[in-house]
Amino acid sequence: MPFIPHTEQDVAEMLDAIGVDSIEALFDEIPAELRVKGVLNIPDGMNEMAVARLMRERAAGDATGLNFIGAGAYEHHIPQAVWDITTRGEFYSAYTPYQAEASQGTLQVLYEYQTMIASLNGLDVSNASLYDGASALAEAVLMAVRAHRKSKSKRILMPSTVHPAYRAVVQAVVKNQGIEIVELPFCAETGATLVAELKQYEGQDITALVIPQPNFFGVLEDVDGLTDWAATNNAIAIAVVNPLSLALLKAPGQWGQSGVDIACGEGQPLGIPLTSGGPYLGFICCKQQHVRQLPGRIIGRTVDLDGKPGFALTLQAREQHIRRSKATSNICTNQGLMVTAATIFMSLMGAEGLERAAAQSISNTQLLADKLCAINGVERVFTGVNFHEVALRLPQPVDAVLAALADKGIYGGCALASYYPGLSDCITVCATETKSGADLAAYATALNEVLAA
Amino acid sequence: MSKLIFEQSRPNRTAGAQLAKAVAVTGIPAALRRTTRPLLPEVSELQVVRHYTRLSQKNFSIDTQFYPLGSCTMKYNPRVCNAVALQPGFAGRHPYAPDSSGQGLLASLFDLQQLLKEVTGMKEVSLTPAAGAQGEFAGVAMIRAYHDSRNDTARSEIIVPDAAHGTNPATAVMCGYKVKEIPTKGDGDIDIDALKAAVGPQTAGIMLTNPSTVGVFERNIKQIAKIVHDAGGLLYYDGANLNAILGKVRPGDMGFDVIHMNLHKTFSTPHGGGGPGAGPVGVSERLVPFLPIPMVTKEGDNYRWLSEQDRPQSIGRLSAFNGNIGVLIRAYVYALMLGREGMERVAEYATLNANYLAAELRRVGFELAYPERRATHEFIVTLKKEAKQFNATAMDFAKRLLDYGFHAPTTYFPLLVPECLLIEPTETESKDVLDGFVAALAMIRAEAEQNVDELKGAPYTLPSRRLDDVRAARELDLTWKGETTAS
Repeated sequence: MPFIPHTEQDVAEMLDAIGVDSIEALFDEIPAELRVKGVLNIPDGMNEMAVARLMRERAAGDATGLNFIGAGAYEHHIPQAVWDITTRGEFYSAYTPYQAEASQGTLQVLYEYQTMIASLNGLDVSNASLYDGASALAEAVLMAVRAHRKSKSKRILMPSTVHPAYRAVVQAVVKNQGIEIVELPFCAETGATLVAELKQYEGQDITALVIPQPNFFGVLEDVDGLTDWAATNNAIAIAVVNPLSLALLKAPGQWGQSGVDIACGEGQPLGIPLTSGGPYLGFICCKQQHVRQLPGRIIGRTVDLDGKPGFALTLQAREQHIRRSKATSNICTNQGLMVTAATIFMSLMGAEGLERAAAQSISNTQLLADKLCAINGVERVFTGVNFHEVALRLPQPVDAVLAALADKGIYGGCALASYYPGLSDCITVCATETKSGADLAAYATALNEVLAA
Repeated sequence: MSKLIFEQSRPNRTAGAQLAKAVAVTGIPAALRRTTRPLLPEVSELQVVRHYTRLSQKNFSIDTQFYPLGSCTMKYNPRVCNAVALQPGFAGRHPYAPDSSGQGLLASLFDLQQLLKEVTGMKEVSLTPAAGAQGEFAGVAMIRAYHDSRNDTARSEIIVPDAAHGTNPATAVMCGYKVKEIPTKGDGDIDIDALKAAVGPQTAGIMLTNPSTVGVFERNIKQIAKIVHDAGGLLYYDGANLNAILGKVRPGDMGFDVIHMNLHKTFSTPHGGGGPGAGPVGVSERLVPFLPIPMVTKEGDNYRWLSEQDRPQSIGRLSAFNGNIGVLIRAYVYALMLGREGMERVAEYATLNANYLAAELRRVGFELAYPERRATHEFIVTLKKEAKQFNATAMDFAKRLLDYGFHAPTTYFPLLVPECLLIEPTETESKDVLDGFVAALAMIRAEAEQNVDELKGAPYTLPSRRLDDVRAARELDLTWKGETTAS
């Protein structure tokens, strides 16, 4: 019996203490007609050796190529120590720190995380995580609606340069609460949101403006102009950012005259493996004045009976287990283990390490784009300034080119057709610090061959 | 507390082995650049390793202590599950890499979908919700989508028992519903008369946990299903307590239309200090078109993700990519090791352990909240007698248990039982551990009788004494601001 320690003698003694003669008798309150009849159609159990072998075989054929896809999930170097320590049983097999005195380790990690991520964003406070970047943006929108008491419209302006999957998630989460998402167009030349297009909304009741940095095309937005527009028009400004980029880029708390109100995003670049999309780590930070509208767990430092500093869950009156139907969110379990990894990652890298990884990623992506654009018919789509991702136009049908590249062991980028019909001949590519000069050359060679074939 | 990592920082110290080559950043205008560095520590690799290793040692965890946290199913997390999930082929795969590069993963996810369908008796399963609460959201959103698709738009209420998890009412509100609470009777079952009075043309559905949050099996479930269905509503199953019935009775056979499962509970994936979890949803036939995407399908010998094009009526996406894949891999490995027999034994031994622990605690003088009922995988002790006689609260008992080397049970939930401990031992604990826990609680009661003031000072042996929650909320200190702390 895997993982069940009982001996026959244990069972006999336990049944005796309970006063029944079989384990089966313990299920006598379940109506007989509901019980499972016959046996479930589930295979026999496997031992660890057999299961490890099966799963080794399954993993062996997966993800063997060189990855140049970004699109919201980025391949970065992860120091060995990050997951060695994160998967220590004391972190791995603990739960939400309800008993603070028995959870000071997890609580201090979360407090240090809150400090680091708030500082990266240039904002006052952070929660202890949400599910992922997309759900964090959805929660940020709901938070803005709660926080902006004077706005009655529940209208949110959403640039179409925000990650398409994030926009889909926001729609799925907020659509039953009477919130209207208005999409803003981008400039076909630069690939950035057109601040001038906002003119038509001036004087209207707008609850919030979402501002991505960098945007889905890797292009840098006029974050100062957009943030100031929000402030002038009494809208809450919500930043959605790549945390690694904040090592080099202006923090959302410093955008425009007075900074954004809320910043959120995907913490995956901070030491979390790609794993086909999750588990990742959603972060959300805000100005102090909005702290009581934050969703999810928040850790505070306090003192114990002896007056010594220690940590505890705080502001729990916002949460579902206390406030029930009036909670700021239904979230309970968050992404604690991913926060642990991100905190260890940020400690190891420091500001210097994050800056270097970001700078090398920008440089590699520029080099890659230059190499690819040297191929006949391949060109940059936009003139805007890029971070570590670039949109490229291909001279042949995108799906066929990407499939042929995959056959050569190159995952060549993210096709834009299904998200942006006008960009059906375009992809985005990303080369992080993990790519060597030889890797970049291998991509260029492969693309050359594919297009020439 | 340990010195914060920031307090160990020295200017220009680095973990040099982790640094990429320095290159100049060109092309980014100064106006978009950061001018002051973020507050991240400047420390060596050893400092980081030592600091976080030491912090880990300040935690209770399943690997180090009995952790009978009711409703959380803190069972052993097999190590091999983690090793499998961290293999490069799984951990290194980009979510937008072509399906052809993830056939091993997709096959595993497809198998997991099949397995969860079988064990729950539902028609189809989507694995994508990231945790129980997101699964609940998906479930209620599907209920709404179903009614809307029939132009049945007057249904504005979700019924929730008063003992329900807080996530249930919070979820109903996120889906735009009003919440109607119905009472639980003294025997732990739902008040059927109150339910009959509550249902009507405004009823969108009911959210139920079975076994319920008071640790008993809802015996009238078929009648409840009929009442709600007859009123045109749907039944939502909160799978938090699925461990109690795995292989014994299936939510689909009880009449539920939509369920979520907490894989970090029943399927033993790690709780990670608060997550990540995974909250797959299963549905009956009529809700299949509304399942959240993506899901995995098999065509010939190939597996691929289903998307918006395949499922135009889907409630949509809940995360940017595919949900908590790494958690799903761990759950799949666990399920493979259990197999059919192992799965049935989970419920048997979880139930045996809970009933034994309840019987033993009763024998040494503790009062069960529902003494006439069988315990399921968990049960409630009420300390109202101890509170009255000795002025010793459930919180005092919980804190003192920590000194005895046991994590506390869930306290003060469900809200309708005064001074309660919700105790869930799980099937992976041995009789010896349970006996030790009974002995500790009996000792604590003796201590309460002798000197309750001393009890109220507990814990004494942990890294912190009892923490001041009121101060934590009043004098908010949520980030370090550069001051040094005396330690």
